[in-house]
Amino acid sequence: MDLLLSFFNSLPNAVGQGLIWGIMAIGVYITYRILDVADLTVDGSLTTGGAVCAVCITMGWNPWLSLLAAVLAGMLAGLVTGLLHTACGIPAILAGILTQLALYSLNLRIMAIGDPNAATKATLALSVDNDQLLLSSRYIRYTTLENPLVLLIPVTLLVIALLYWFFGTELGSALRATGANQAMARAQGINTSFGKVLGLVVSNGLVALSGALLAQYQGSATNDMGRGAIVIGLAAVIIGEVLLSRVFRNFALKLLSAVIGAIIYYAVITLVLRLGLESTDLKLLTALVVAIFLAIPYWKGRYFSKHFRRGGASHA
Amino acid sequence: MLDIKGVSKTFNPGTINEKAALRSVSLHLEDGDFVTVIGGNGAGKSTLLNTVAGTYFPDAGTITIGGVDVTRLPEHKRAKYIGRVFQDPMTGTAATMQIEENLALARRRGASRTLRPGITRAERGEYRELLKTLDLGLEDRLTAKVGLLSGGQRQALTLLMASLVKPKLLLLDEHTAALDPKTAAKVLDATEKIVQRDHLTTLMITHNMRDAIVHGNRLIMMYEGRIALDISGEEKKKLTVEDLLAKFGQATGSDEADDKLLLG
Repeated sequence: MDLLLSFFNSLPNAVGQGLIWGIMAIGVYITYRILDVADLTVDGSLTTGGAVCAVCITMGWNPWLSLLAAVLAGMLAGLVTGLLHTACGIPAILAGILTQLALYSLNLRIMAIGDPNAATKATLALSVDNDQLLLSSRYIRYTTLENPLVLLIPVTLLVIALLYWFFGTELGSALRATGANQAMARAQGINTSFGKVLGLVVSNGLVALSGALLAQYQGSATNDMGRGAIVIGLAAVIIGEVLLSRVFRNFALKLLSAVIGAIIYYAVITLVLRLGLESTDLKLLTALVVAIFLAIPYWKGRYFSKHFRRGGASHA
Repeated sequence: MLDIKGVSKTFNPGTINEKAALRSVSLHLEDGDFVTVIGGNGAGKSTLLNTVAGTYFPDAGTITIGGVDVTRLPEHKRAKYIGRVFQDPMTGTAATMQIEENLALARRRGASRTLRPGITRAERGEYRELLKTLDLGLEDRLTAKVGLLSGGQRQALTLLMASLVKPKLLLLDEHTAALDPKTAAKVLDATEKIVQRDHLTTLMITHNMRDAIVHGNRLIMMYEGRIALDISGEEKKKLTVEDLLAKFGQATGSDEADDKLLLG
């Protein structure tokens, strides 16, 4: 009973975290599902978003402007990965790892900006009392306008609405075609390299937005806040798909299912923590969950293919 | 319309896998020419088509389409001038996108992609009418994912997409080879109709000698990276498979044609 009670008590926080990571998961959805690229930049660009936003806020910038600066920094990171991949011919996964590694050093430097006593910093604390923040986990159970959900829900819906519009435009359709079939896209005059770069830019902009919100929510930017972010993002995307893909067919709803996946992920994490696991065990757990959910469709496909041959391209 | 001058292409130069796929090939197509291309495996047919399409650049020579030198133009830029149908039905369309979305992508070939809507209501009506001409029942399935279509349906759709914006040049790379004979005949029929209707300059590779003889106004046969035979006009109209084999033997001093070509 105590367990259940404490679980329900911490549910609002799981929803708050889930919404923030849900924006990150939407970014992962764009690269992983739409562009068919596994982009590992995100572990670095999430932190970059948090670091840039925290630095701007401590320097007294308007928090909305700080959020915008974080998004632009994330987009820049995506641009670097995109150019490493398309202009330098480096495989996408490796390009992402290179940017992520470089960002590790950069993020330490970014967090020390404005501090004359330090060249690098691994944490940058934000205080909801002294700094101008848009949201804080302190108010997650308040029933006032200070509750972070009041900001997070509209922001998430706005992101989904913007992406829904964008992927319906000529440019957005070209991006989807690039992910679906590059040979076809090129034959239809689509610059697939540009499409991949643009997708990585948009995706990492969203990831940085998520990092910026997270830094404010938890009251600090830390150099390891993005570690394993890609796996959490994938977990959210996959959980959302497994649970909702039969019901949610519309593109906007598919993006929403990634957010719901992230909320469920954090609810489960909260429950597991209450059951006595250490928070340091979470990465192991997340990796296991993602591995299993990725393996299931593969196993299913192998099992069924023994009984009948799928597809009919050459028989039709 | 198409001018290929002295085009050569060697794969894996300097290695034991070195393969001279094209040896100084020159070919000129007049506006409205429908040229069929035959030849055994490794004769250079696909390399010729892919070099024209820009999949890769030639080592030497120039390619001009409608007076524009495209030799060094990347694939997506020269797509403005070229409609293509591939051998593999999976290649020409985006399986995870809807029929109408695929058509809408093709409608914008050669135009810049902006933030305007990817497809408009007016287009949908137009696509429905166009799909009716294929007579495959696709006009009622505009929002179906292309991945659900059969190989023949996908090739017919790709053909429609290739001609949606009238191309200066239509490239068909054994586009019926992966289909069963009945479906292949239907797709070839649709090809003939579209080429005639739009008066398209066409280069069609086929593995079937009879198809190569029946279709088009000119036939070329490739052998070891060169054009070994070039037959057009009255001579082509009277051509038989036996004639073709005999001519090929004379031109190359080889009797390889019999097995290599007939087996495809």
